[in-house]
Amino acid sequence: MFGFHYRLERKTIGLVLGIIGVASIGGFVEIAPLFTIHQTVEDAPDMRVYTPLELAGRNIYIREGCYACHSQMIRTLRDEVERYGPYSLAVESKYDHPMLWGSKRTGPDLARLGEKYSDDWHVAHLINPRAVVPESVMPAYAFLARTELRTDDLSKHLKAQRDVGVPYTDDMIANAAADAYGQAAPDSPAADGVTKRYGKATTVRAFDGKPNDLTEMDALVAYLQILGRLTDAAHKPVATAEKKP
Amino acid sequence: MIAELTKNERQGALIILLALAITGLAMAAGGRGDPFGVHGALVLVVAIAGIFAVIGGYYAPEPSPDRLDSYYDSPTKFGIIAAMVWAVIGMAVGDWVAWLLAYPEWTFDAAWASFGRLRPVHTSGVIFGFGGNALIATSFYVMQRTSRARLPDQLTPWFVLFGYNLFCVIAATGYLMGVTQSKEYAEPEWYADIWLVIVWVTYFVLYLRTLNRRKEPHIYVSNWYYLAFILVVAMLHIVNNLAVPISWGSAKSYSLFSGVQDAMTEWWYGHNAVAFFLTSGFLGMLYYYMPKRAGRPIYSYRMSIISFWGITFFYMWAGSHHLHYTALPQWVQSLGMTFSVMLLVPSWVSAGNALMTLNGAWHKVRDDAVLRFMMVAAVFYGLSTFEGSFMAIRPVNSLSHYTDWTVGHVHAGALGWVAMITFGAIYASVPWLWKRNGMYSAKLVEAHFWLALSGTIIYVFAMWNSGIIQGLMWRTYNESGTLAYSFVDSLVAMHPYYIARAVGGVFFLLGAVIGFYNIWMTIRTAAQDEAAHTTADRPVIEPAVGAPALQPGE
Repeated sequence: MFGFHYRLERKTIGLVLGIIGVASIGGFVEIAPLFTIHQTVEDAPDMRVYTPLELAGRNIYIREGCYACHSQMIRTLRDEVERYGPYSLAVESKYDHPMLWGSKRTGPDLARLGEKYSDDWHVAHLINPRAVVPESVMPAYAFLARTELRTDDLSKHLKAQRDVGVPYTDDMIANAAADAYGQAAPDSPAADGVTKRYGKATTVRAFDGKPNDLTEMDALVAYLQILGRLTDAAHKPVATAEKKP
Repeated sequence: MIAELTKNERQGALIILLALAITGLAMAAGGRGDPFGVHGALVLVVAIAGIFAVIGGYYAPEPSPDRLDSYYDSPTKFGIIAAMVWAVIGMAVGDWVAWLLAYPEWTFDAAWASFGRLRPVHTSGVIFGFGGNALIATSFYVMQRTSRARLPDQLTPWFVLFGYNLFCVIAATGYLMGVTQSKEYAEPEWYADIWLVIVWVTYFVLYLRTLNRRKEPHIYVSNWYYLAFILVVAMLHIVNNLAVPISWGSAKSYSLFSGVQDAMTEWWYGHNAVAFFLTSGFLGMLYYYMPKRAGRPIYSYRMSIISFWGITFFYMWAGSHHLHYTALPQWVQSLGMTFSVMLLVPSWVSAGNALMTLNGAWHKVRDDAVLRFMMVAAVFYGLSTFEGSFMAIRPVNSLSHYTDWTVGHVHAGALGWVAMITFGAIYASVPWLWKRNGMYSAKLVEAHFWLALSGTIIYVFAMWNSGIIQGLMWRTYNESGTLAYSFVDSLVAMHPYYIARAVGGVFFLLGAVIGFYNIWMTIRTAAQDEAAHTTADRPVIEPAVGAPALQPGE
């Protein structure tokens, strides 16, 4: 073995190929099957896609680095299930490009945050976290409430999402900007289009309390309120959720 | 610097810079109203400044052919200074955000100043800015010496270094503007990623070209590690960053993978960034600078082989230990745990090989703070690899994951191992490179050593305490069978440890600032008699010399 190596280390290409070969095996064995084995991701026929407003909110969540302190992955441990809710299933993040499972809980897990608190609470908390949770160390995001949401490129966002595998329809892509506006303006004509395209259960509300302005606050709160609510799969008995078709 | 380039190389530099300027202009025009356009403008300005610099030196006399009889060290000098600049920036930002976790009001009402945007400036600043520049700079130095070959040309190393630093600047300024993919330690967006691939492939080809010119039959062990670092980082970077941009004029892209597959790919990347960026590369550094400084050959050739291939093979399986008890299939978690535990063997073989190398030179460790930096690095390498294997065991991970324990573990490795070996290597190289008899002040090196060591220990102990307390509080039940503590209770309990951690960070930062000053003063002091230094340090085979001190002992 060492004699072989004594010769190998005289050949640059031998070393290069050896490193590539040896280093490829682990990733190949662990990652490739995840795309092909059916049980990796459960079936959830009721799963819906993010609305344009929720997707915009998700992008704000990414932009501000929220994932650095908040996980979105409840582990299969008793205390986590009791603290945060049913443990997370793979299917719940199947439309998440990229996933936001996180790696650190400086703040609590957010996988099942949706509809746990009111919109008002979220707005007050984001403007100044210490106004509602005095011990909090979260940064204040007051600027979100005074920043208008950019919607002109939302169609491109949905299009790119479809390119990577999220089933957005042509109708959804064409109306992305109008739907973003409509979801935060319940009394406007645009609101009907949102429920038509994304389902009756879609939350249509003036998330930041001001139906006339579409702000980044609207988008982020809309996203926080949908967390854990794209499908009910995790709330069903395990046997049903994991049954094959 | 321009004077060191040949006429052809000056023309080549102009062509590259012109192409870069056109790219920048196109980005700026296509990305108006988007951070993409700002980065286009940045690229344009950098390229134009470069063009002026090349034109300014264009008619300088060509370098003499004598240059081919010596090693080409100007890029290494630049890389070392860049590494120290990034160290100060990255550590300062890191300490600021550490204070923000104790006192969240210590910031401005501005998006760029919030924790979430500053944190990646810290992580990328220290890993890629400080660590990456140090790796590239030392690899140029080491591959020339251990191959007895000068770099094949003068332009490519500058392209690699400037290109790499441009990537770092785009990354850091992007985070402040909110440009991020959210993939931890792979935050830069698609255009920065493409640029890094170009730079990295050039770096790899440069490495091969230099090795192919070598006058030593054997490729020294440091080069195996640097090669693995370059190759595997390229693999990881390309696969993990596959994404579809929303348009050619926007910074935003969407990852090709989603959910569980994305999580596995990300942590396959994330853990092997630790393995091949923060371990392999720095082991390459250790294998050259420690035996040189100690004046002892590497203890065991066979241990070097076992640990090199063991690390290269086992590490690639370990990433899934970041996803224990998650929605990742259990068989992948089990594989990750198993290989993480086995990984302890090659890791400790490396650490043991390094420490045994010091046998017969322990009096030097006592007297020489530079060698002591390297010794402490090897000790922390052994400690943090043990801790890593331990934390990868599923039940241990159920407690440690999501807590500050992970942060403490990372910093035991990053401060105790990576930064210490880098400071040791830099303090050793600076007098060699600038032809001085020693550092400007040995006392300041000593002060840096003790500041760095005490800062690391304060940091790591604070995070062990806070992490374990946090993990225990989250899972404690009271007598009636319900959870005893709210999340906020655990947060309040962290406060004193967050202050202690930030204080430890101040110590470490202060050490780096002193180091920077000391290096600066060493460069500024008058040059010594150059002839005394240059006779032996040349790519010319002198029969009397050989290179037994550098060859692995058998």
